[in-house]
Amino acid sequence: MVGQPAPGGGGAASAGVLHRRPRLRLGLLLGPPVLWLGVLYLGSLAALFITSLWTVDAFGGNIQRIWNLDNYRDLATLDVYRTITLRTLATAAAVTVIDALLAFPIALYMAKVASPRAQRLLVVAVLMPLWASYLVKAYAWRGMLATGGPLDSVGLSPGYGLAATVLTLSYLWLPYMILPMYAGLERLPGSLLEASADLGASTATTMRRVVLPVLFPAVVAGSIFTFSLTLGDYIAVKIVGGANQMLGNVVYDSFLTGNNTPFAAAVATIPVAVMLVYLAAVRRTGALDSL
Amino acid sequence: MTFSRTTRTVLLALSALVLLFVYAPLALVVLNSFNTSRTFAWPPPGLTTHWWGAALDSAGARNAVVVSVEVALMATAVALVLGTMAALALQRFRFFGRDTVSLLIVLPIALPGVVTGIALANAFLTIFGIELGMFSLVVSHATFCMVTVFNNAVARLRRLGGNLEEASMDLGAGTFRTFWSVTLPMMRSALLAGALLSFALSFDEIIVTTFTAGQGIQTLPIWIYQNLFRPNQAPVVNVVAAALIVASILPIWLSQRLAGTDEAVAAAR
Repeated sequence: MVGQPAPGGGGAASAGVLHRRPRLRLGLLLGPPVLWLGVLYLGSLAALFITSLWTVDAFGGNIQRIWNLDNYRDLATLDVYRTITLRTLATAAAVTVIDALLAFPIALYMAKVASPRAQRLLVVAVLMPLWASYLVKAYAWRGMLATGGPLDSVGLSPGYGLAATVLTLSYLWLPYMILPMYAGLERLPGSLLEASADLGASTATTMRRVVLPVLFPAVVAGSIFTFSLTLGDYIAVKIVGGANQMLGNVVYDSFLTGNNTPFAAAVATIPVAVMLVYLAAVRRTGALDSL
Repeated sequence: MTFSRTTRTVLLALSALVLLFVYAPLALVVLNSFNTSRTFAWPPPGLTTHWWGAALDSAGARNAVVVSVEVALMATAVALVLGTMAALALQRFRFFGRDTVSLLIVLPIALPGVVTGIALANAFLTIFGIELGMFSLVVSHATFCMVTVFNNAVARLRRLGGNLEEASMDLGAGTFRTFWSVTLPMMRSALLAGALLSFALSFDEIIVTTFTAGQGIQTLPIWIYQNLFRPNQAPVVNVVAAALIVASILPIWLSQRLAGTDEAVAAAR
C-alpha cells in the first residue's frame, strides 16, 4: 500500500530510490534487528547446543572439544537430574494452574463488571507490581513466610520449601496471566453475554459455553510466561525454596560455580526443548498472535 | 448488566482477595523499612526512619543504582532503534517469513532467562572472545528489551493504519521525510512508553545479568542479591526494596499517560 509509486515523486535522490523499491526499504528495516536476533541470539543458542556435546577434562578446568553425548547420558540416567527435571516441570504446571485460577475472577471483574474508571484503576493496580522489582517481590515472600512472620503468626505459613517456591512463583508471574485474560475478555462483546442470559442460560452455562472458549487462548498466552519463567528460575528457589533445586539452579551452579559449561549447556537445553514443544503445540490456538 | 448480582458480588470479593494477595507482601516490605528491629520482628516493635538515612549513605547501593541506570539507558537506546525498525517492517509490509521474524522477536522473552543468560555468556566468551563486562551486559539486555519497544510500536502502528503515510507520499514526501514528519510524531508517545518499560525491564533484570555481567559489574539487583543474606545489611536492603516498590509507580503511571491503557497492557506482555 505504502509502496505504490506516488505521482510527482520528489524528495532526495536516495529517498527516491527507497521510495520506488519497497523490497529494499523492507530489507533495510528488517536487516539490523534480524541480524541481531538471528545471528547473535540464535547463533548463541546454537553454540550453546554445540557446547553441550563437549565435556570438560578430569580437573574440571578446560573444555575438551570432543563430540560425545556424555552430558545427556548423565541427565537421562542419574536419578538426581530426573527428579530435578520432574520437580521443575511439576512446579511450572502448578504455578500455571494456580495463576489461571487466581487471575480468572479479577480479569472477568475488570473486563466485564467494573465501571470504566474502576477498570483503569484496576489495570494500574495489576500492572504496578509487574514493574516492582522481581527480587523485591521474592524477598517480600521471604518475610511473609518467615518463622514468626505475618503468615506464621496466624498459623498459615508453609515455611521455606517447595510449597513456598510454588507460592512465590505464582505471586511473581500472576500479572502475566491476568493481563492476557483481561485483554481477551475485553474483546468479548457484552451483547454475547446478554444474549446467552436472554436465551435462558444460567451463569454457570454462560461461563462454560461463552466465557471459557474466549479465555482459552488467553490462558495459553499467559501460560507461556508462567511456564517459561518458572522453568528458568533459580533465584526464588534460593530465597524461599529451602534445600530444593530446580533446573535453573543446576545450570547456574554448573556454569558459574562448577566451571562445567558443557554440562550447564546440556541442562539448559531441557527448558528450551520444553518451550519449543510447547510453542509448537499452542501455535494453532492463536495464542502466539496475542503475545 | 449481564451478570447476576450474586455473581458480581462474588467476583468483587475474589478480586479484592487477589489484590490483597498482590499488595500484602509489598506492604510488608515497606513497613519493615521502618521497623526498629534489625531482624524484622513481627509485629514491628516500633517505627523509625533511621534505616532510610543509612541506606542513602550506602556507597554500594548508590554505585549500583548508577551502574543500573547506565546499562538500562544504553540497552534501551539500542532496543528503541531495533524494535522500531522491526515494528515498521512487520506492520507495514507483508512478506514471506513474517511469522518467523515475529517469533524470533518474542523468543528472548519466551525462553527462560537462564537460557538467554548462559547462551549469550557462552557465545561472548567462546565465539567472540569478548570479556564479560559492560558491553556484553548491554548487548544482552538490548536483546530482550527489543520486544517491549516492538510491542508498543506495533500496537500504535496497528491503530494508526497507513492512510496518513500514503497521503504524505501522495503529496510528494519521500520515505525519510514521511517517517520523520508523519510516522515518528504519531508514534512518539508509544515509543516513549516502550522505552520506559524497556528501561524498567533492564533495571530489574537479574538472571541474564548474573551470567553476562562478569565479576566486575554490580547492578542494583546484583547488589540486593549479594546483600540479601547478610544479616547486618538487612535493614538497608529493606529500604532499597521499599524504595524500588515506590519508584515502580512512576514508570507505570507515565506509560499509562503516554500510551493509554490498551497499549500499556499490550506492551506489558
